Amino acid sequence: MADNFIMRSGLTLATIAAICTALVAFTYQLTDKRIAANEQVWLEQSLQPALSGLFFDSGVSESVVTIPAPHELPGTNDATIYRVYSGESPVAALFVVSARDGYAGAIKMLVGVDIGGQITGVHVLAHRETPGLGDRIESNKTDWVRQFDGRSLGDPVAGNWKIKRDGGEFDQLTGASVTPRAVVKAIRQTLEYFDANSAAIFAAAAQTEDEVIE
Amino acid sequence: MTTPTIINRFKTGLWYENPGLVQLLGLCPLLAVTSTFNNGLGLGIATLAVLVLSNALVSATRRWISRDIRIPIYVLIIASLVTCTELVFKAWFPALDRSLGIFIPLIVTNCAIVARAEIFASRNPIGSSIVDGLVMGAGFALLLIAIGIFREVIAVGWLLAILPPGAFFSLALAIAAKNAIDNRRREARSSAIPRRSRHINR
Repeated sequence: MADNFIMRSGLTLATIAAICTALVAFTYQLTDKRIAANEQVWLEQSLQPALSGLFFDSGVSESVVTIPAPHELPGTNDATIYRVYSGESPVAALFVVSARDGYAGAIKMLVGVDIGGQITGVHVLAHRETPGLGDRIESNKTDWVRQFDGRSLGDPVAGNWKIKRDGGEFDQLTGASVTPRAVVKAIRQTLEYFDANSAAIFAAAAQTEDEVIE
Repeated sequence: MTTPTIINRFKTGLWYENPGLVQLLGLCPLLAVTSTFNNGLGLGIATLAVLVLSNALVSATRRWISRDIRIPIYVLIIASLVTCTELVFKAWFPALDRSLGIFIPLIVTNCAIVARAEIFASRNPIGSSIVDGLVMGAGFALLLIAIGIFREVIAVGWLLAILPPGAFFSLALAIAAKNAIDNRRREARSSAIPRRSRHINR
């Protein structure tokens, strides 16, 4: 008798779960393309903060390379690099990387590095940090993220690429140190990657448009 | 219990049993996103949509679901609906989605929704449950919008309104205003009508 009840309940649960999954899958199919297109538009817009002061004549999201995971950049997914040119000569590389050690999930951010290894701008693209605390890394909430502009691997020296609480040079945010720590670390890793691989990045063949949008 | 008219149902949802003002449900999103009119409107509509759909689904499946497994089923239904809502927002209202951020997925934790599923939709026919979702959702959405407008306007002269404490003050003012109006009405009624037939608000 009890077995019968458990079987029936299990079956009901499984059926409802299947229906719900179908509903989500259907909505995903319906919205998938639009979401990808929206993100592309958003990406074009959000690349702008990392381009201030640069002189270039190439389309920003045209020359893309994807570094398949695993790689030395922050994040466990494939990393995307947008290359910026003036004529034939490379001007900067914009990295889309994910800091994995934030407070809640990955912090997806854009790090622009010019050919001399200086940061042209950092911009947080997506995150799930605590509203009111960690979310002040967003450039429309505070100027915190601007402190990285113009910095490079030698400025400050490698040992000081940390937040102040950890004995480094960068400000943290009051009430939130996990988030800034993760961001600073990700930026440092990106700079190190650029330092070691800049020639290879600009030498790699560009992808065609189809591959970029998936 | 007689069947209440639609107008009475709306009065209940918007006023007498307003999820935010009276039942004090869903306070987390209410306090967190009502810093502007736009955010209040966006989250209000999203919550309304989820509430109507979850009431409809819970009511439609109520005959097959035994009491013992109803909670996991509510969770399943509500979580899938919220995920769908999030996808729809990302596809058609990307700007609003970015400004509301994590609070759209967090609709799943709004206890107003599971409360209506348990109190109303699991015991009533589907049409009535949809109306219930509409009126309760509208009550919640209008409160979000009102507080959003209030805070956005006040913030021009008083910055605190836009900061988290401003949300608590605004909600407290709204609840106090509602209670004051209710009290005044009750007094007016009790002096006009003989004691015997005095109406009791639920």
